[in-house]
Amino acid sequence: MTAVLEVSNIRKSFGGITAVNGVSFDVQEGEILGLIGPNGCGKSTLFNCILGQLTPSAGEVKVDGKVVTGMRPSELNGLGVSRTFQLLQVFPKLSVRENLILAGQEHQGNMLSRLLGPSDAGLTEAANQMIGFFKLDHLADEPAGGLSYGQQKLLDAAMAFMGGPRLVLLDEPAGGVNLTMLADLKDRLAAINREKRATFVVIEHNMEFVMSLCTRVMVMAEGKVLAVGRPDEIRANPAVIEAYLGH
Amino acid sequence: MTAAKTLKIGFGIVVIAALIIVPMNFNRYGLFILSQWAVMTIAAMGLNLTLGYAGQVSLAQGAFVGIGAYTAAIMTSSGLPLIGALGVAIVLCFAIGWILGYPALRVQHHYLAFVTLAFSTLAFLVFRNEDWLTKGIYGISNIPRPEIFGYPTRRPLPFYYVCLGSLGIVSLAVWWLIRSPWGRAFIALRENPVRALSLGIDTRRYTLMAFAIGSALGGVAGTLYAPLTQYVDPVPFHLSLSLDLLMMVIVGGSGFFFGPFLGAMIAVLLPEWLRFTQGYYLMLYAIAVILLLIYSPTGILGILDRYISERRTKAASALRAVAKAKLETAP
Ligand SMILES: Nc1ncnc2c1ncn2[C@@H]1O[C@H](COP(=O)(O)OP(=O)(O)OP(=O)(O)O)[C@@H](O)[C@H]1O
Ligand SMILES: [Mg+2]
Repeated sequence: MTAVLEVSNIRKSFGGITAVNGVSFDVQEGEILGLIGPNGCGKSTLFNCILGQLTPSAGEVKVDGKVVTGMRPSELNGLGVSRTFQLLQVFPKLSVRENLILAGQEHQGNMLSRLLGPSDAGLTEAANQMIGFFKLDHLADEPAGGLSYGQQKLLDAAMAFMGGPRLVLLDEPAGGVNLTMLADLKDRLAAINREKRATFVVIEHNMEFVMSLCTRVMVMAEGKVLAVGRPDEIRANPAVIEAYLGH
Repeated sequence: MTAAKTLKIGFGIVVIAALIIVPMNFNRYGLFILSQWAVMTIAAMGLNLTLGYAGQVSLAQGAFVGIGAYTAAIMTSSGLPLIGALGVAIVLCFAIGWILGYPALRVQHHYLAFVTLAFSTLAFLVFRNEDWLTKGIYGISNIPRPEIFGYPTRRPLPFYYVCLGSLGIVSLAVWWLIRSPWGRAFIALRENPVRALSLGIDTRRYTLMAFAIGSALGGVAGTLYAPLTQYVDPVPFHLSLSLDLLMMVIVGGSGFFFGPFLGAMIAVLLPEWLRFTQGYYLMLYAIAVILLLIYSPTGILGILDRYISERRTKAASALRAVAKAKLETAP
């Protein structure tokens, strides 16, 4: 097994508050790592530091053994790392298919071919497959802003997969999604993990979702790692129950 | 759907035919106004790309029209062909636009407006003060009109066709650009740069490109402006031209392909039609713009767009209701 992502000693302060306070972990190829912890414990900030939305105050991030700390998000995406955000981030005026084509287009050809080549960057077929895979067929030509919240969450996640990423960081993909769609989403993520050998890190508050999807779970509290282990170990860990599950 | 498409194409053909045939009976002045419309539409299309699609505020488009106009004036009055001047103006404006894009990587919205405003003023000062190059306030006169394939365009009608033809070519190029992945990246840059960046879109490069291409189109418009008026001095390229172009984009509908056509038509033709109101024209125009923007911040085409999408939603919900009724009545 090789580590796709190695995070060492990441720290991030905003003025007086230290949101992330020395976090280290690795993610192995093909893994689905769950990341849980109470509200405000620094999960999203950690993602932003790993992916270049924020510059960490200290620490180092490696992807496939290469140091990527401080790299711009678009360059990181070019290395096969993609993400979703906690708050929905689809492009409401573009259709569902256009959103997916947009999400994949920078992985096709170069600047010149994207100017002179076909307007879909040759991605219509791939977008349609993704639409089918996430069961959004009947909505392909609708503007994304017209979809229900849950459908937009699915689209948001689907967009993260258009570039064929090796590593995907998902920030609360199931937040605010109803139960049927939740099962669908879990099933889809598991399938992509199996078939495409994509590695995931998933922040999620829904315990059932995390415990059944993830191969390993990391618990954070107050900017630090509290525990890491298999789902059953985490469930039985007294410190975790105290800090989080007991609530 | 196809019926709507046929209708659109038919409408387009009628408009293009009218633009070619009707002006044949126009007098000198009418042709001048219409040529001016074509030229301003090109400049406004450039700004629409920068502002409307890519979301980058610029108060410098008029300065690029000026750079294009002076390039054409200086080069053609020393005997060089207009097409050569066009090439130089495009390269020059593209390069300067690219550089002007750099502040946009750091500042946005009103800060960016101030930076581009400063550039506008700088360009105006160069036009006015660098006599050795621009002849200062006296301006450059007797600018020749070109020969196209050996055919002289000195008279108003042939030169109008030069402007119209250029507008046609620019329109096709811009249409291609906004439908390409670049156009999609521009929209993503405007709507949500953080998400765009996370999807691998190099927002820095696309921002600079949006500025450079938009500015180059300003240069193209300027290259036509010089032989149209046959006289170039600093006055028309004052900040007010940039503001006029901004107005054209916003009134027509910023971020809509046809916005600049409509906006430029209103800005160029309305003063002529409202001439009878004498001094009140500007006041009326200002009030109309204020009312329009209160009612529809996305301009005239924004109203049309809202109307169409409302109808589409209604049609879609009607279809859903029918489908639901069918399900419910199914045995
Ligand atoms: N840009 C910022 N400026 C200042 N403080 C911030 C900023 N972003 C996050 N914080 C603070 O950092 C802490 C961690 O926030 P973060 O969003 O990472 O938590 P989280 O674990 O993702 O919480 P949740 O489960 O609610 O999403 C919070 O106290 C938050 O207020
Ligand atoms: Mg969060």
